Amino acid sequence: MKKTFKLVAVAAVSCCILGAVSSCGEAAQHIINVRVWNDEFQKRFRAYSTDYVKTLDNGDELLKDNVILRWNVTANDGGAYQQALDEVLAKNASASADDKVDLFLFEADAAKKYATSNYTLDVKSDLGMTDSEFEDQYKYTQDVVTDSEGALRGTSWQATPGLFAFRTDIADEVLGTHDPVAVQAKLSTWEGFNAVAAQMKAKGYYMLSGYDDSYRVFSNNVSSKWVGDDGKVNLDPSIKSWVDQTKDYTTNGYNHKTVLWDKTWTADQGPESKVFGFFYSTWGINFTLAGNATKAMYGKWRVCEGPASWYWGGTWLGAAKDTDDQMLVKQIMRDLTTNKDKLVQCTKDTEDYTNTVSGMHSLATDADFGSEFLGGQNHIALFENSAKDIELKYISAYDQGCNEKFQEAMHDYFAGTATYDAAITSFKTKIQTYYPDIKGFNF
Amino acid sequence: MEKGNEEIIVLSQRKKHFKINNWAYIFIVPFFISFIFFQLIPLCQTIYYSFTEYYYGQMTGTVGPNWNNFQNFISILNPSAVGYGGFWKYLGNTLILWICGALPQFIIALVLAVWFTDNRLKIKGSRFFKTVIYMPNLMMASALGYLFMVMVLPSGPIFDLFLNLGWINETFRFLEDEVWVRILIVLMNFLMWFGNTTLQLMSGIMGISDDVFESARLDGASAMRTFRSVTFPLLKPIFVYVFITSLIGGIQLFDTAYFLTSRGGGPNGTSYTLMMYLYEMIPNKNYGMAGALSVILFIITGVLSIVVFRTITPHNDAMKDEKKTKAKRRIWLRCSNNYGETLGYESKFIDK
Repeated sequence: MKKTFKLVAVAAVSCCILGAVSSCGEAAQHIINVRVWNDEFQKRFRAYSTDYVKTLDNGDELLKDNVILRWNVTANDGGAYQQALDEVLAKNASASADDKVDLFLFEADAAKKYATSNYTLDVKSDLGMTDSEFEDQYKYTQDVVTDSEGALRGTSWQATPGLFAFRTDIADEVLGTHDPVAVQAKLSTWEGFNAVAAQMKAKGYYMLSGYDDSYRVFSNNVSSKWVGDDGKVNLDPSIKSWVDQTKDYTTNGYNHKTVLWDKTWTADQGPESKVFGFFYSTWGINFTLAGNATKAMYGKWRVCEGPASWYWGGTWLGAAKDTDDQMLVKQIMRDLTTNKDKLVQCTKDTEDYTNTVSGMHSLATDADFGSEFLGGQNHIALFENSAKDIELKYISAYDQGCNEKFQEAMHDYFAGTATYDAAITSFKTKIQTYYPDIKGFNF
Repeated sequence: MEKGNEEIIVLSQRKKHFKINNWAYIFIVPFFISFIFFQLIPLCQTIYYSFTEYYYGQMTGTVGPNWNNFQNFISILNPSAVGYGGFWKYLGNTLILWICGALPQFIIALVLAVWFTDNRLKIKGSRFFKTVIYMPNLMMASALGYLFMVMVLPSGPIFDLFLNLGWINETFRFLEDEVWVRILIVLMNFLMWFGNTTLQLMSGIMGISDDVFESARLDGASAMRTFRSVTFPLLKPIFVYVFITSLIGGIQLFDTAYFLTSRGGGPNGTSYTLMMYLYEMIPNKNYGMAGALSVILFIITGVLSIVVFRTITPHNDAMKDEKKTKAKRRIWLRCSNNYGETLGYESKFIDK
């Protein structure tokens, strides 16, 4: 009995070992890891990358040469994406080949941080891309991710000039016209904008949906950084203007008191809403508004420039230090951010504003090009003008936290549950706790 | 042999006794190993970090740990520190939320426990009720918080329903009202925990011998009198346990408040609890400050627990006197194996 038991045990164990060894013999697949926070880039990749073969059942992409591309998605709420990314970048050198982060996305609010980080590769000297490949891109998309020694640390497929999108039916009812040029004439200054807001209110409509809708228009026209070189936080006069305007709007009932991205704000872009318009940049129109408005509203929206030129966000690709596949990373960057034909095609497919000056110009002057969602309007032409003026001089590594927490703190002031000073104190506490290296406040 | 008050009694077949002792130690060793590695060592590290400056700076990378004495504690406790001065307000919020939740919870749990265990009342379907009141405890606090948040939104299902039925004309913004946010958090915690408290108090009452209740009834005591003089005093040990665990849970109140207020902490930070404050320090790995806050919380919890324990625990003076005056006699037991070899000695005190 004992002898039989021993024989059976030995046989079982050796089967297990042999099985494990034999499975190692299968073709070793090379895995590259890409970190994102939503599926926007995933769709772009599948549509425009030359290396893409097909999508597997588990969500990974199969590329040429038996390479697997693994997506690593962490949503951006509360800075979670950046925290997760920072942690894996710090461990990248010692991670195994298949676990290393190879490519990651970062947005405008964090651009300064990753442009100066030790963990982002230089796309020219490390990856081998040439100056000529970047000639056609918008200069500001490169300035943002250039470090103090002039090295380019990232590349983007999009430029993100901002516009004001409005509902044609409400425009007709209140202003008597929905022609973008005529509407723009009324909205071209903040005084004009405020006057139209009063008109909207008189007829029972809201000018804007939420407290934060116009934030970016003001925050992109600042004249100082959130956190300067002295390590202290500044409150720019432009941002103060936003606070005053929004308080005014809330008291007068010109806005619908929603918070960016919440359920009511999303519903306000739909067919039942009474909100006149939204400030959106390029990705907003095709990625967010068109989806929220539903098919029924196609053709009922137009865009105009609005009271100031501004931008909102933008996503850059960064190559992670210690990546084990620089060739493939370079190829992906090349395909998706410098190839003019693909970028133009992308604009035609998705109505996003892509990072090619000549390509966008060709579409802007193309009489047949128009957006179905915008009833045939050629929004690229409008964007082209404001894209030329975008400057990102005053960004800092603390923008994401400061923008988010300032807006949050000010909600109490707008809703009337706190005084202005209490809201500012709350902001100071939250930002000091969130960024321990801040040395004080200049206000 | 006799040595004064001591006697030696020979017991054979005591070999197994030692083996049983050894097995007992072996069984509790895994707990201690995991306690040391997963709780004791991190605890000591936290206390160490609380005296250091240790965080992740956006531009500088990881800073520290640099020893800085009590600087962290001063920053947190100082109410006028710019940037960190919110501690006392958050402590107030936490205590208010806990007390407003705990008091109704104890009262209702006591009432229910007494009713369910009362032999005379014989409530029908008590097993069903016990299961149902415990069920909210099975929900994750974060899920419950999010659920309540979605329900009370102006565009949420409650208002949808009421507006459609014509019961109300306009929406009310619950989440912008200080008092309402606190009420909702208290309600959520009450729902989650009153079942658990009821069951614990019930087990405490069931541990009281029926004879005591019988004699109280024979003496003609009313229900209230029985509760006041018989049930509650005998229930005090269990009640102390329930109170202290509720206190610890209350100080650590986080999930429900965090998700109900979508991270904001309510209008003007009036439902911003200490745990939410601690949580804000983690993204940029501010272990120095977080450690200091944890140590402060530990001290507060400890002090409050001691106060509760001393106040509620029944005094055992009679028993203490007894221990002092009763004369004792010491006897020795010798343990040996089957061959008559001595394995060891044990001593015991017995009454004279």
